Amino acid sequence: MASTIVVGYDGSDSAQRAVDFAVRIAKAQGKSLVIAHVLEWSPYSFLTPDEIEERHKRRAEELNRAETALLNPLVSSLAGSGVEITTALKYGHIAETLVKVARDVEASHVVIGRTGHSMLESRLFGSVAGTLAQAAPAPVTIVP
Amino acid sequence: MTSIAKAAGLAVAGSVLSAAPALAQSIDDKVNQIFANSTGWFVSFIFSPFPGTSFPWIVMWLVVAATVFSIYFGFVQFRTFGHAIKLVKGDYSDPNDAGEVSHFQALATALSGTVGLGNIAGVAVAVGIGGPGATFWMILAGLLGMASKFTECTLGVKYRNEFSDGHVSGGPMYYMTKGFAERGLPGGKILAVMFSIFCILGSLGGGNMFQANQAHAQITNVVGDYPGWITGVVFAGIVFAVIVGGLKSIAKVTEKIVPFMGVLYVLTAVVILLLNANMIGWAFGQIFAGAFTGLGVAGGMVGALIQGFKRAAFSNEAGVGSAAIAHSAVRTKEPITEGFVSLLEPFIDTVVICTMTALVIIITGQLMVDPETGLYMVTEGGSIQTVDGNSGVALTSAAFSASFGWFKYILALAVILFAFSTMISWSYYGLKAWTYLFGEGETKELIFKVIFCLFVIIGAAASLGPVIDFSDAAIFAMAVVNIFALYFLMPVVKGELHSYLDRLKSGKIKKYT
Repeated sequence: MASTIVVGYDGSDSAQRAVDFAVRIAKAQGKSLVIAHVLEWSPYSFLTPDEIEERHKRRAEELNRAETALLNPLVSSLAGSGVEITTALKYGHIAETLVKVARDVEASHVVIGRTGHSMLESRLFGSVAGTLAQAAPAPVTIVP
Repeated sequence: MTSIAKAAGLAVAGSVLSAAPALAQSIDDKVNQIFANSTGWFVSFIFSPFPGTSFPWIVMWLVVAATVFSIYFGFVQFRTFGHAIKLVKGDYSDPNDAGEVSHFQALATALSGTVGLGNIAGVAVAVGIGGPGATFWMILAGLLGMASKFTECTLGVKYRNEFSDGHVSGGPMYYMTKGFAERGLPGGKILAVMFSIFCILGSLGGGNMFQANQAHAQITNVVGDYPGWITGVVFAGIVFAVIVGGLKSIAKVTEKIVPFMGVLYVLTAVVILLLNANMIGWAFGQIFAGAFTGLGVAGGMVGALIQGFKRAAFSNEAGVGSAAIAHSAVRTKEPITEGFVSLLEPFIDTVVICTMTALVIIITGQLMVDPETGLYMVTEGGSIQTVDGNSGVALTSAAFSASFGWFKYILALAVILFAFSTMISWSYYGLKAWTYLFGEGETKELIFKVIFCLFVIIGAAASLGPVIDFSDAAIFAMAVVNIFALYFLMPVVKGELHSYLDRLKSGKIKKYT
């Protein structure tokens, strides 16, 4: 029986509400929590020679920043919640990567915050919530 | 005109400000003269033909090397072509390495350094002099050149320097020193220094002044004549903002537009070919017939062969060593994978894009045929008579415009952008050679970058023929040193190749998708 909840976190207020919501359910249902942060990245974008040379260094810096500025403070703020918490820090397309994380941990539930983009923006570029609702391997809760 | 300017130059030698244009003219002349006198021997040596022929030995040097590498690696360019495409698609990329430079990104960046004037102007020159048959030899040289790229790029990654802060420096100068030392061979350091000097000169010349010069020529073609230094200052300003100011946004825009332009160019060519689909068979007939008979071009079959080989080498830079610098910064556990990916470069550059240009020129009937003999009509200068008397970029432009009149504006824009992206790439190659000679450090690097920007202005402003001849010669001198080193280091690549292919077969190398 699957017993993990995946929650997407990007540091925004709605993401914080999503985490709070996910912690409440996890606690009530006795499930563990995976907090996932995805750094937007496409292997098909174009880089200059300089960027290519420095990419490895930048990547290490980006990972470090996400770890220390976003994930670590969140995890320590939830230390007293009594829920078992792990983190996942990945590069890629945000919705696709969240789906992949959910699949990897056999999540029973996916929780994300709402980005609050306008209708036009979502229609043009698609929204993480919309894509996730269609593609996720488990029920998705979108927290306003 | 020049003699008047010269006289004026002498007359005002004492009062600089009163006759600046004339002085500039006399400075041009002086620079020309000094350069011609001191470097002429070097230029004639690099481009000298075999005795009794008009075949430059440097072209033979590149083609022989490409053939040797093709045979030595068992025609790796055909055996691993499919695998190379899978690598670029990311089938073998570990998802945990996401965020590192992908094979696709390395290939796209290296391509934007090579796709450029060679594909547009160079091909027109080849077909304009060597006839349709030159296309056959160009494709052959492109296919063989894939093996040279494979060899140099594998070595470039294998022997690169990784610094403690995570950035990397690689290229021929590093495999020359480290590779030669590893194999117990002497002279690596000397080769590396020679290569670096030629690379710096080549980056300032063919990779900079020539590009600025041609970009200015294209702009004046569209908007009318105006002084070249204006183009030079604008270009230098943009290049400065990118390479010194670290203004990534401009470079990013170029890096995005250049592949788009390349795709648009090929698609337009395909549409033109489809509109004339009934003539494609005839065009290939001309290419094959011309390859072995010449169909009346100057020099016959050999004339077609020289032009085809020469322009392919000028266009895809296989064996020159520049690609080894471009690819070496990629993060990969297997150096050979970068070699596989790089062999797609001459294929895309020469076999696809150059061939498209040639086919469009042939099919749109730009080359005049004598209706009675079926042979091409040759002018006194030795080139084939074209409908409007065009050659170079203008010939390509006329061929594309024959179907789509608006295309000449897109082509002009493409040439300018290609020139710009080639400059950015070569500024990087030159800088790597510079830091190899003088060491890494902000001030040292800044000195080179400022010099580079100054040469943009010189290149656009002046018609410094001998200077440009010399810098072209320097790019090919890079190939002399580089290929010499490749011959000694190719067993290293063979070891890597066998090891990798064995592991691929046994399933030790995992596919992720």
